[in-house]
Amino acid sequence: MSCRYTELADQALAMRRHIITMIGEAGSGHPGGSLSSADIVTALYFELMNIRPKNPNWPERDRFVLSKGHAAPVLYAALAMRGFFPLTKLKTLRKLGSPLQGHPDMQKLTGVEMSTGSLGQGFSAAVGMALAGQVDQQSYYTYAIIGDGELQEGQVWEAAMFAAHHKLRNLIVFLDFNGLQIDGQVECVMNVQPLPDKWQAFGWAVQQIDGHDLRAICGAVSQAKQEEQPSMIVAHTVKGKGVSFMENQAGWHGSAPSSEQVVHALKELEGR
Amino acid sequence: MSKVATRDAYGQALVELGGQYSDIIVLDADLSKSTKTAKFKETYPERFFSAGIAEANMMGVAAGLAAAGKVPFASTFAIFAAGRAFEQIRNSICYPDLNVKIAATHAGVTVGADGGSHQSIEDIALMRAVPNMTVLVPADGVSTAHLIKLAYQFAGPVYIRLGRTKVDTVYQKDDFFAIGEAKMVRDGKDATIIACGLMVQEALQAARELSLSGITTRVLDMATVKPLDIGAVLRAAKETKAIVTAEEHSIIGGLGSAVTSLLAEHHPVPVQMVGVRDRFGQSGDPAELLREYGLTADDIIAAVKKVISRK
Repeated sequence: MSCRYTELADQALAMRRHIITMIGEAGSGHPGGSLSSADIVTALYFELMNIRPKNPNWPERDRFVLSKGHAAPVLYAALAMRGFFPLTKLKTLRKLGSPLQGHPDMQKLTGVEMSTGSLGQGFSAAVGMALAGQVDQQSYYTYAIIGDGELQEGQVWEAAMFAAHHKLRNLIVFLDFNGLQIDGQVECVMNVQPLPDKWQAFGWAVQQIDGHDLRAICGAVSQAKQEEQPSMIVAHTVKGKGVSFMENQAGWHGSAPSSEQVVHALKELEGR
Repeated sequence: MSKVATRDAYGQALVELGGQYSDIIVLDADLSKSTKTAKFKETYPERFFSAGIAEANMMGVAAGLAAAGKVPFASTFAIFAAGRAFEQIRNSICYPDLNVKIAATHAGVTVGADGGSHQSIEDIALMRAVPNMTVLVPADGVSTAHLIKLAYQFAGPVYIRLGRTKVDTVYQKDDFFAIGEAKMVRDGKDATIIACGLMVQEALQAARELSLSGITTRVLDMATVKPLDIGAVLRAAKETKAIVTAEEHSIIGGLGSAVTSLLAEHHPVPVQMVGVRDRFGQSGDPAELLREYGLTADDIIAAVKKVISRK
């Protein structure tokens, strides 16, 4: 692994430590899906996206929409680590008066591009941002992460049609395909497969990657920028990735670790 | 007196605004010929986008456009905007306070022959209930043109309720309008009729007929249902001591509810509400339907007489 990817891997580990610490402190939240998307978010915020934390509303910035808004801790960790706000604010997650709401709130926290949480809706907003960029012939890209359970929302497929129909090649979306949702395995709750095929059929450029391989994530984005269609990067991930007792456990979708579990998890997430 | 449907005035106003303001983007859900956004589409095809028959996504796309600095106007029938896409309007537009204008046509029973499935009688209630939302219900073509421009200039979400059927022209072209201000279109001392949308024409007709029998009524056009012009309502209650509300909408949650809640808290006076009484619409021609649902000048006259008797 080159130095660049070693450094990114360290950032991803740090991001996971922030996620565990802030959810533990809050006493509620969604660790599983935050951890599964941590490598994608790390690559976006530390390598791929053209952003200026000191000038957060710079019109030509790349946009990021966390459509699976319950994974808010991963976004908050990324924004704090990139200097949008002090790291000390992370401990206010989910507390009364905090800008770090249970789900991302663009009115309360600078750096959040879209208020999300109601599934399916952030994806449409990302499509709208990409459309605005296309109308103005701006060079920015709009990125989004959607969940696999989120694909059960009909609105996702309305947006999928729209983006392909209007040829939004400046839209690059990651599917955090961790296979689990609140009630259990996605394939048992409501099967969303066959996945690459569905997106291809809707007119998207589709790639499949290991969603924890930072080099693959960066490579997929480079490829996506060559496409003439919107891109869906199906990222195979592990829910709870990096914390052994959370991995592949649906129960860790939306519950907070105890203080003992936080200590245990942080030990596993220590840097090399 | 010329008659113009407010949806036609909207279509015309959009084209005029589109020429002045390049940040306007128009979205429609396969109803552009009916909502009259088709004129904008013909004039500025590069700024018109079809969303297909997919209203939920249309509202989300509008939110994203607004987040990127555009001023989107999203149009469809009121039932599919406020009804089908309610939660998208709430969570993607109003919760983040994004600058989206929702111009919803075919509101109320005067949709006519398409029937109850297409006649929205709940949209004012739904849109009023959401924080950050401004709700406009213009009475005629002239006020529609003014209010569409004011909606464009206003920073934040606006719901504009428009009708399918032609209505009397109430205003002169250069009359002054402002969001949040009721227009007193007639003055009187025995009661006040507070109306919105096409019920303003019915209210004026009722006032003219009542005056023949010596009853004088004030008529307020409450084109901004939210935020309500509190001063105008309280002045009317204090000066005429009796209120009739009139709306082409359910009496549950609409203009009548807004006025009665305000008066109950601040200045209780007798109120009679003219509106749809907890029923769905049905097929028929608009005039028949207005009679069937008790939404005519005659119904307002009866309500005025009743409210005066309760003073």
